[in-house]
Amino acid sequence: MYSYTEFDHAFLAERNAQFRGQVERRIDGSLTEDEFKPLRLMNGLYLQLHAYMLRVAIPYGTLNSRQMEKLADISERWDKGYGHFTTRQNIQYNWPKLRDVPDMLDALAEVNLHAIQTSGNTIRNVTADHFAGAAADEVADPRPVAELIRQWSTDHPEFQFLPRKFKVAVTGDTADRAVIKAHDIGLRIVKRGEEIGYEVIVGGGLGRTPMIGKVLYEFVSQEDLLPTLEAIVSVYNLLGRRDNKYKARIKITVHENGIEDIRQRVNERYALIRPQFSGVDQQMLARIEADFAAPEFKSADQTPYLNAYDQDPLFRSWADTNLTAHRNPEYAIVSISLKAHGKTPGDASGRQMRLMAGLAKRYGHDELRISHEQNVILPHVHRGDLPSIYYALKAEGLGTANIGLISDIIACPGMDYCALATARSIPIAQEIATRFDELKLEHDVGPLKIKISGCINACGHHHVGHIGILGLDRAGVENYQITLGGDGTEDATIGERAGPGFSADEIIPAVERLVLAYLDLRNDPAETFLQTYRRLGLAPFKAALYPQVAGKESRANAA
Amino acid sequence: MPKPFTPKVVTANALLEGDVIYQTTAGWSRDLKDAEILTDEAHADLRMIEAGAQVDLVVGVYLADVSLDGDTPRPTHFREDFRATGPSNYAHGKQEHV
Repeated sequence: MYSYTEFDHAFLAERNAQFRGQVERRIDGSLTEDEFKPLRLMNGLYLQLHAYMLRVAIPYGTLNSRQMEKLADISERWDKGYGHFTTRQNIQYNWPKLRDVPDMLDALAEVNLHAIQTSGNTIRNVTADHFAGAAADEVADPRPVAELIRQWSTDHPEFQFLPRKFKVAVTGDTADRAVIKAHDIGLRIVKRGEEIGYEVIVGGGLGRTPMIGKVLYEFVSQEDLLPTLEAIVSVYNLLGRRDNKYKARIKITVHENGIEDIRQRVNERYALIRPQFSGVDQQMLARIEADFAAPEFKSADQTPYLNAYDQDPLFRSWADTNLTAHRNPEYAIVSISLKAHGKTPGDASGRQMRLMAGLAKRYGHDELRISHEQNVILPHVHRGDLPSIYYALKAEGLGTANIGLISDIIACPGMDYCALATARSIPIAQEIATRFDELKLEHDVGPLKIKISGCINACGHHHVGHIGILGLDRAGVENYQITLGGDGTEDATIGERAGPGFSADEIIPAVERLVLAYLDLRNDPAETFLQTYRRLGLAPFKAALYPQVAGKESRANAA
Repeated sequence: MPKPFTPKVVTANALLEGDVIYQTTAGWSRDLKDAEILTDEAHADLRMIEAGAQVDLVVGVYLADVSLDGDTPRPTHFREDFRATGPSNYAHGKQEHV
């Protein structure tokens, strides 16, 4: 875990004091809303449908127990007793009062957290693989370089008014759990011989015009990374379109100019600025890396785990579904589902946050992660401690065994909260999860990622859902479009639109038809939904979604 | 021919709490049923200007369409319906006091 320096503390205190003054001037009328809005957005404060919303960054998704406890305290003291974890490894508080926000930010600063650059046309919270430092096959932990990028990008004077927001994600594994190909810059740690470096991918993004990122460089050495990033963002800052908000992201810049042209411009800019990087960043990286040294793993009796696995079918189901192999064979990575059937995806109450913090402190080397799939991870748990953890989680409604299954749905806040949304997402997620829980089918169905966005901006990542659902406003009525075959992993694919949308009443039965069709179509239970889709294509799934159209077509063909 | 002016209300968010509010003949209310119903375009423009000038009280002033159920305004779009009531996943916001 990165430990703040005196400089970090002083910077944050000064920034929070500055924002406190801005809030006071807004309240006393010296600042108009037009003047105040860019200032509050730079500090993560939105005004949404029913209230303000404070978006707090959880850099690269990593928290210690003290930080998680503070998030719980804040939810209870200044909000309504819960927080919402997002697809960008942030937490959002949905009900803060304007006057309280400076105090909330000071409380966050006590545990080295902030809301800086969680909005606005800046470099946003740097996200990373939520299994970082624990995954069995990792090349290297992506968090030290993510922290270096956080420091470099925070308050970077050249990049405070970019053409549009800018998102960076890092993975240290060949398996991509950070959706790096759907980010403005995606970084993958790779090895060339024994040398560690980075594959640099640019121009990915979802939203209105979804694009899979393109490889700009196959290998950039560690000492060249920051100047390379600075050159990329610098080129984008000048070249990116400011005339049209919908064409302002770097994905459009890359698409319009071509990757070769962008590479040449970045090379030129790089040559110009490289001498300014004297190597200080590498000294900082070395210090940061020391902060992220692996914990001292213990060796202990695994019998409690083996006994519980044999004797309790509910524990067995949870262990089979929610655990992932750890680099230490005596350990496991625990994914705690924030997707209890019928509940709001990604929400945790203050009590739940405090419980997870306590479990991390007692059993998990004091580490927690927030995944972009809106769950909480205990990355380092000895197998012998798993039963204790499971029973404690279960008692607080956190024992749902559904990681990676149909009810483990990503859903943006949608029109229940978000001012940009065109339809609701949360009730659709709740109803799908409830329906498949009733059917008792989800473990038979196996891995299936449903992702729901309440507008074209795609915070719910619907384009990369195996089943994606996009909520739209069609002539004053909520309408839901389905895309199929999307994939957010290393095989990143944008889903195909299946056809006309469905009303709120029709969408749950439509998803059910789709899933039942998959069960009929798959070769065997080992073939996943995505594999079946890739083998057969859209047609049989479309037939299941639109049975009347399929019936008409077959009658026409017979005639 | 210009489109006929349909009934509207002036709505915004309260600066301090962020709550959805509606302009009344006397000030602002959190309840849509208290809203001043505007049926004349020129008067609506005037009320918008007056509302927008209250920068230390309100944020994001705009005109929202309503239909009339007797004298009671009802939202015509689902977005305004959610604004008038609150989110659907918790009884938070205005629903807490109902």
